[in-house]
Amino acid sequence: MAGMAGRMSTVIKAKVSKLLDRAEDPGETLDYSYQKQLEALQNVKKGIADVVTAKKRLGMQASKLEQSVVKLDTQARQALAAGNEELARTALERKQFAQTELQSLDQQVAELQSQQDKLIESEKRLRTKIEAFRTKKEVIKAQYSAAEAQVRISEAATGVGEEMADVGLAMQRAVDKTENMKARASAVEELEAAGTFEDLTQLGEGQDDIDRQLAQLGAGGMVDDELSRMKAELGMGAPATAPAEIEAGEPGEPGEAKA
Amino acid sequence: MIVRIMGEGQYRLSDDAVARVNDLDNAAVAAVDADDEDAFHEAFEELLDAIRTGGEHLGDEELESSDVIVPPADTSFAEAAGEFSGDGLIPD
Repeated sequence: MAGMAGRMSTVIKAKVSKLLDRAEDPGETLDYSYQKQLEALQNVKKGIADVVTAKKRLGMQASKLEQSVVKLDTQARQALAAGNEELARTALERKQFAQTELQSLDQQVAELQSQQDKLIESEKRLRTKIEAFRTKKEVIKAQYSAAEAQVRISEAATGVGEEMADVGLAMQRAVDKTENMKARASAVEELEAAGTFEDLTQLGEGQDDIDRQLAQLGAGGMVDDELSRMKAELGMGAPATAPAEIEAGEPGEPGEAKA
Repeated sequence: MIVRIMGEGQYRLSDDAVARVNDLDNAAVAAVDADDEDAFHEAFEELLDAIRTGGEHLGDEELESSDVIVPPADTSFAEAAGEFSGDGLIPD
């Protein structure tokens, strides 16, 4: 069949076969291979639990950020009403940043949900196959001589092994994604700890590190727009200092570039 | 022949259907070689579709090995490209 198969599937098939060969121990008894299948199933369950945990953590972070967005908005209004435009601008910059992070978090949570759904499907498929293997093994043992049974059960075990390799890969990819998200979640937590979304009372003269970072995010145009809007809402009229030539672009999608 | 879509399960395909799958498979690889991401996704989608609609889904309780294995539906272009430089979905 090798000459007929497509290049991609040939490579994949060869790799899966290699994985199976590596996993195979000629000395192992057939009952042991059932034992190993059950262990693989436990691993999948653990993998699903890890994804659920990561999803919960991101979800909690998202709700904290949601609160920050509301809080910073309020602070911006208060600052503006008190005539402190500089402080209002800072609050809005931070709000913008929190919103961008929030969008990206929401997307990650959705991605983890889809990973979780897929893993649950895979777990179910593997569980069914293992159960079928257990039954078939007993039937074969009862019907054939020991040597013949050995061959037939090995064949069936290969079918389960392929499923295990498949699920194993799906889990590995889920774990990799979760790790990436964990790293990002930690980065956001550090920013939170540094007071990026909360602490406006400690702002001294000039810009601190966080402000410089925020400025680099290039949210300036959108912040100016929002500041103008807020001023209008507060009945402060059109700002005389409003920058005329800012290209606001699409105000609705600040998170796109970061997602 | 039995074809597995990783992460989805196995399908039983006629030889004709397999020939079509292999053509699309090669088209997907050609797209990777040409560094054409859109063409890759197009060919790969079509490939998966040909398996899903052209084959008969195997029950989960069947214990057959696959003759052909194709990567999961959410394979990225980068992953597909890596597959042929020794650093893809499945490490060498």
